[in-house]
Amino acid sequence: MPLTTYVEAIRQGIWEEMEKDERVFVLGEDVGIYGGAFKVTAGMLERFGEWRVIDTPISESGIVGTAIGAALMGMRPVAEMQFADFISCAFDQITNFAAKCRYRWGAGVPIVVRGPSGGGVHGGPFHSQNPEMYFVHTPGLKVVCPATAYDAKGLIKAAIRDPDPVIYFEHKFLYRRVKEELPSDDFVVPIGKAAIRRNGTDITVITYGAMIYIALEAAKELEKEGIDLHVLDLRSLLPFDNEAVLESVKKTNKVILLHEDTQIGGFAGELAAVISEQAFEYLDGPIRRITAPNTPVPYSPPLEEFFLPKVSDVVRVARELYAY
Amino acid sequence: MKSNTLTRDAASPVILPPEKTLLDMLYYMKLTRELEFRIERKLYRQGKIVGGVYVGRGQEAIAVGSCVDLRRDDVVCPSHRDMGAYLIRGMSLRTILAQYMARKTGATRGKDGNMHMGDLSKGLIAFVSMLGDNVPVATGIALSFKTRGQDRVTLCFFGDGATSRGDWHEGINMASVFKVPVVFICNNNQYAYSTPLERQMAVENIADRAEAYGLPGEIVDGNDILAVWDAATRAIQRARAGGGPTLIECKTFRMTGHSAHDDAGYVPPELFEFWEERDPISRFERFLMDRGFIDKSGIDELQRRINHEIDEAIQIAEKDPFPEPEDCLKDVYY
Ligand SMILES: Cc1ncc(C[n+]2csc(CCOP(=O)(O)OP(=O)(O)O)c2C)c(N)n1
Repeated sequence: MPLTTYVEAIRQGIWEEMEKDERVFVLGEDVGIYGGAFKVTAGMLERFGEWRVIDTPISESGIVGTAIGAALMGMRPVAEMQFADFISCAFDQITNFAAKCRYRWGAGVPIVVRGPSGGGVHGGPFHSQNPEMYFVHTPGLKVVCPATAYDAKGLIKAAIRDPDPVIYFEHKFLYRRVKEELPSDDFVVPIGKAAIRRNGTDITVITYGAMIYIALEAAKELEKEGIDLHVLDLRSLLPFDNEAVLESVKKTNKVILLHEDTQIGGFAGELAAVISEQAFEYLDGPIRRITAPNTPVPYSPPLEEFFLPKVSDVVRVARELYAY
Repeated sequence: MKSNTLTRDAASPVILPPEKTLLDMLYYMKLTRELEFRIERKLYRQGKIVGGVYVGRGQEAIAVGSCVDLRRDDVVCPSHRDMGAYLIRGMSLRTILAQYMARKTGATRGKDGNMHMGDLSKGLIAFVSMLGDNVPVATGIALSFKTRGQDRVTLCFFGDGATSRGDWHEGINMASVFKVPVVFICNNNQYAYSTPLERQMAVENIADRAEAYGLPGEIVDGNDILAVWDAATRAIQRARAGGGPTLIECKTFRMTGHSAHDDAGYVPPELFEFWEERDPISRFERFLMDRGFIDKSGIDELQRRINHEIDEAIQIAEKDPFPEPEDCLKDVYY
């Protein structure tokens, strides 16, 4: 079986849903003729035609609003933000129109808004952001951040089939760097379920997105000195898998919260509160956070390298916590 | 208000700028072209510039023609294909090259890359990627001039695609309601990444949009630097005199892919050929030679001087240090 890259997995997931369900269509800037800035929609225009693969003007708010309208009429739009950073331009449509329809008047808005997020490619402050928390803070949305090709495909399918708005953040650093063999059946990954990436007994690292690879690499290093990491990949942030979080804490009694997003208002803060409210008596040490510092994502390689959480950070904090 | 369509082949407005300005125009256009050539075709390909690179090849007349006569205390909000604006406003080649090469000596000290640079002391407002965001900001800059009784103006640049953003419309409308001294300049290069103009908007001209907001809209041949200069000069004078904003649409063409990694395979080759013949620099060179302002050897000499200036700046910038990793933490307040 050939290996499927993360980016190809997203493409396959959308493609298969479009084959199966005529209500599904994609819209966004340069998604048609060009096949998307990162080629997520490559070949779709030829297969599905210009009314299911719609090249739009540079109008993020318009794109999402249009998607909402079509969704209210029973369609299943998948809107692309060329970079996740530009989702800020559609903030109001997402957080007010899409997010509050079901709660107020019972109308589901089955849209997917997806786009490449994350750093590590020298994109600078406007092509590297992790904007997930703006949306995690908004009741009425779902937010997912796949880390593997399997999850990328399974979650995009779940997002398209979901009756409510799903914000799907793919990590551009992973697009062509991670690949795996995918099953040929029609699988989905349920929204709201975490996955254990490594079973361990000493310290739990709870993370998501590209940072799972940092945690796994750190685990390999720490293994040599007898420290056994347990790595939990959240996959979904809203809703998140509360039960899996508690189980993993109860298992190791020590926890590191790791994400690429900045620290203040990052997901780690929320998790720390949940853990101390619901599993305080299981903790044998302080809850530790490893995140990006509270700055924009800088461009110059030494600055960006400093900004992004590293394997060495996880190794250092794990040692401290192990000794605690 | 009807936008006046202007088609002219030879570059010859009624009033010519003085000789020094004409020669400055040629210098800055050629400097822009050569600098961006080095950036895109040399330094980027050599891996000395990482990330994205966007150039304005074929569009040099627009920034140069509209900025060349600005006052020092005026303010420019460039977009991503307006290198000439930085050069004319006095940002040094070394600062620009160090910016592209992510050095500590660059305009943003490595915090940001490529044309995302500014310098308040030179009246240059740093562009953010979100297209059209600079339009209401330019309106605010002009508002500050008006309310404080200053006769300064601001120039605001954007592409055709950016005019699809809500911020663009909000900013233009507010400028017109407030009648503030701003000149909006569109680089209409007919493509936004892979998206052709007719997929961007249902009106024929960007300038047609002016009517809806009650400000004058004018169309010029963006590859004719004298036409750009003429329109910009009139709009700047009007703004300075309290006459309010103007929208100038410069028709041009993007002679490259969207960025250094885009081969523009979606652009019909005939279009490149058509616009190559209308290259703003060779056209202006012919004009200056015909009028006796410069001769062939003068042009060659100018090119040598430019090459030399850029060679020197590259040598210095390449030796400039990268920022210290901890510089990441500077300039945020916490
Ligand atoms: C709000 C926003 N959406 C998308 C992008 C990605 N993007 C960068 S340049 C570009 C095309 C811009 O077209 P235009 O405004 O016509 O300027 P040109 O590049 O043609 O000079 C796009 C879509 C962006 N920078 N900002």
